[in-house]
Parts: sequence; C-alpha cells; structure tokens
Amino acid sequence: MSMPVWLDDVLWTYQTLIHDLGINGLLALSMYVVLAAGQLSLGQAAFMGLGAYSGALLTMKAGLPFWLVLPGSCVAPVVFALAIGVPTLRLSGVYLAIATIGLGEVLRSVYLNVDYVGGALGLNGIPERAETWMIFGLLGLATAGLFLVGRSRFGRAMEAMREDAMAASAMGINVARYHLMALVTSAVLAGLSGCLAAHESSFIGPNEYGFEPAVTILSFALLGGIGNPFAPVAGAWFLTLLPELMRDLPDIRLALNGVIIVLAVLFLPRGLLGWRMKRAAVGRGA
Amino acid sequence: MLAQQLVNGVLLGATYALFALGFTLMFGVLRVINLTYGFYFSAGAFIALALTTHVGLGVALALPMGAIGAGLIAVALDSLLLPRLRHRRSAELDSLMVTLGAVLALYAAMTAWLGPDIRRFPPGLIGAEAWEWLGVRVTQAQVLILVASFVLVSLLIALMSFTRLGLAIRAVAEKPDAAGLMGINVARTSRVVSFLSGALAGAGGVLIGLNFNAIQPYMGESMMLRGFVVIIVGGMGDSRGALIAGLMLGVIEVLTAGYVASGLKEAVAFAILVAVLWTRPQGLFGRAVGQRA
Repeated sequence: MSMPVWLDDVLWTYQTLIHDLGINGLLALSMYVVLAAGQLSLGQAAFMGLGAYSGALLTMKAGLPFWLVLPGSCVAPVVFALAIGVPTLRLSGVYLAIATIGLGEVLRSVYLNVDYVGGALGLNGIPERAETWMIFGLLGLATAGLFLVGRSRFGRAMEAMREDAMAASAMGINVARYHLMALVTSAVLAGLSGCLAAHESSFIGPNEYGFEPAVTILSFALLGGIGNPFAPVAGAWFLTLLPELMRDLPDIRLALNGVIIVLAVLFLPRGLLGWRMKRAAVGRGA
Repeated sequence: MLAQQLVNGVLLGATYALFALGFTLMFGVLRVINLTYGFYFSAGAFIALALTTHVGLGVALALPMGAIGAGLIAVALDSLLLPRLRHRRSAELDSLMVTLGAVLALYAAMTAWLGPDIRRFPPGLIGAEAWEWLGVRVTQAQVLILVASFVLVSLLIALMSFTRLGLAIRAVAEKPDAAGLMGINVARTSRVVSFLSGALAGAGGVLIGLNFNAIQPYMGESMMLRGFVVIIVGGMGDSRGALIAGLMLGVIEVLTAGYVASGLKEAVAFAILVAVLWTRPQGLFGRAVGQRA
C-alpha cells in the first residue's frame, strides 16, 4: 500500500508542523487534566522539559531503545509532580499554581549550569526516533482515554470538585487524591510530549521550557475549553496553525496568547468548544 | 570574605523584602495572587531609566517617580482586570490565570516596543565611591538601596498602623463586606492597595536596576520567583514574615553564589520553597491561612 504522491509531499514539507500539532495536542491535554479537576498547575512546560532531557539522556548516554525511553522519560516529571503536589494539594489552589510557576525557570537555570546536560548549548544530535504515527497514536489514545474517564464515575467526581470542592468532599469524594491523580497524569502526558519533541527535532536547549511556553500551554486549554478533551486539542491546533498564517508578526504571537487567556477567562469561561460530555449511566440502571 | 558576603546578602535581601512586601500586601488585602506584579517592577525600572537618560533627572527624583508611575499603572491594570472576577466562585484561580495572561502580553508588548536588549543607567548617576570598614566594602549604590528600602518599609508600616487609611485597609483585608457596611469605600481602598503595591514593586525595580545596572523587560519575571519564595516562606499575606524571609533569601542567595555555584541560587531558593511547603505550609512565622480541603 503506497501513499499518493501529493500526500507524501505534504507530509514531507510540513512534517515539523504536523508533529508540533500532535505534541502541542498532548500538552493541551496535560493542562486539561489538571484544569478539569479544578486545579491550576503551571508546570506543564517544566514537566515537558524534564521528559525531554531525561528522554534524550536515556537514548544518548544509556543507549536504551525508544520503547523503553518513552515510559522512562515520565519518571522525572512524575517525581517532581509528587514532590510539589503532595504538600500543596491539601492546601488552597493557589499554592500549587505558585509552586509550579517557578519550576520552569528554576530548571532552566539548572540545565544552563550543569555540563552533563550540555549547559547553554543544550543537547545536540538526538536520534530522530519519534515517528508521526507514534505521536498521533499517543494523542489519540490519550484523548480517547480521557474521554472515557470523563464519562465515568471519575469524570463526575472531577466535575463536582471543579464546581465546588467543599461540597464534593462532603459527598464523600477524596478531593486530595483525585487532585494528585490528575496532576500525575498531567505530568506523564507532558513528559511523553517532551520526550517525543526531543526525538523529533534532534536538539533541545535550556530555554525552551520556561515561562512563555508554560503560559502558551495554558492558552491552548483555555481557548478550546475544558468541558471535554477534544476542545483543548482543538485549541492547541488552532494556536499552532495561527502563526503559520501570520508569519510576519512573530512579536505579536506571544502577546496574542496572553490576550487570549485574559479574554477567555473573563468572557468565555467555557472556551470556544464548551459542550460538556454526556455521562455514561453507572451501576444499578441509574 | 564572609562578612562581605553577609553585607551584600542583607543589601540584596532588603530589596527582596521590599518587593515581596507589596506582593503580600496585595494578597493579604485583595486575596489575589497578582502576577502582573512583576511587570510593575519592570515598569518602575524603565520609567526611572527614561527619566535619568532623556530628562536628566537624578536618582532622588527618578526613584519616587518610577515608584509612582508603576503605582498608577498598577491601579489602571488592576481595575481593568480584577473587579469582574471578585464575585466568582473560583476567584483566586481565575484571577491568577487572568493576570498570568496579562503579564505575558505586557512583557511581549514591551519587548516588541523597546527591544530585548539589556539597558544601563547613564554613567555617573551614582558616585562610584565606596567605603571600607574592617575589610567590608560598601558602594554608594548599596547605601542608597538600604536607606530607600528602610524608609519605604517604615512609611508603609506607619501608614498601616497609625492612619485612618491604614485602618480601612486592614478592615477590608479582614472582611470586605463588613468593612463596606461600616462606611468604608471598598473599591477605593482596593485601588489604594493596588497603588501602594505597584509603587513598592516599581521602587524595587529601580533599586535592583541600580544594584546590578541591568534593565530589560523580563527582569520582573525572574524577580517573581523570589517573590513566590518569600511569600511562601514568610506566610501568605504576612508582611512581617515577608520582611524576614526577604532578608534571609538575599543572604542565602549570596552565600550560595559565593560558596557553591552562582547558577544554582534559583534552585536553592526553590528547594527552600518546596521544603517549607512540606513542613510548614502556613509559613515559617505565620498562623495557618491555607484552607484544608
């Protein structure tokens, strides 16, 4: 079975853009998981960076095959998510946000100053092992998984917590545990996308995972909305394609992402694709 | 050597304390983590830079005008962004997201306008003399920073403790609705708090700009990390804690840079933040303010 020539051309010309769509989609989902549980973590870019660096090191220094590297690259993000999440999730939501927003900048200064991870030069010559089908396969799996979870008892609990954490906990939902599960899932998704990005572009640098990408990832999810997992992915795709359409205005792109967040929170709290998932009936024919 | 490091640390810490004081005042009164705060820091530095470079003012005028300018910008931006959110259920997280988006837009717009380059104050703005005493060297800029921080902090404490305005601010911090019923104009008091906190950030920006003589749009962003560390270690909304934690952070950073590695000072600061979250989330000095779910 061979591809039509024109499709092959398109894939070749726009390969980086197409891969970015998948990777940014995964990042948007990693943001969605936390927001859907009523929490705000701003460490997605930092988790992505941890996945990228640890994945690249596992490939280049340990020589592991990619099918081991990919899950292995989730370890470091999850460890950091637990170190920050366990103490903060018992507290009010601002603590998690504050603790995670600084993480990206801190890790940047560490990458810059540790020679083992390349310092200011970053890591070069990472083998390009992330195939298009892997990126979109994972994106599809993650979207489907989150859709099914969203329709289940878990999803109902998450939505209850988002609307009113106090009432949810009075109904017997262990809010702190759900929050931690959401944060860990989010770290896994961000770590995977970082690992894929590193094995797609062959180069990673210390400045790619700081403040600006963290805010950009938030704008993906807020533009699309957090009522269902398709919305943040659509938001990510829109904001990834948008700069391609207006290449002349590179300075404005970042400002635009910021403005989108402001407008979305103030005027569009459900996002552009605001429909909420129908619930699957559970148990005794509810 | 150690004495010199300690002196440098305290001087740096004085600015951190000043910066964090405005941040914690904002949170303590308006219950908002205002991430545009870092922008007010950059704005103060740039206003002072413009006044000294293009108008030829001295530091004695440029510092207060930078602070006032940043305070006015804070009033304008805060009243544009925050009042709509005050009555939402998840007001804390919504205002965090709004101010986060706003601050990225502001930094990006400022960079597009003024360029990303590091700028410096005109040479000779502050005398180059330094005093030496028992082998410890103190520059004129450092003395200025210490005196200015001390004066500003004293003024704020006096304002909060001994004036009707301070009483009104404390009442709004305690319970905005009850304060309104007692005849306090809550909206106006909130604007005053925005102004005060913006002015503190602006003053901090001018002083840090003088200390390192390097000014660029994103300077507020790296400062915010210090702000987060100080308000968590000191306790959210606890101004006394912010002062102590700010001084401590300055000393720790200088010591880390001097004896470990200068590139790791952010990491050390962050490790302290996480350690405090694990052990004493209410802050080292404060009472519990975090609500348990």
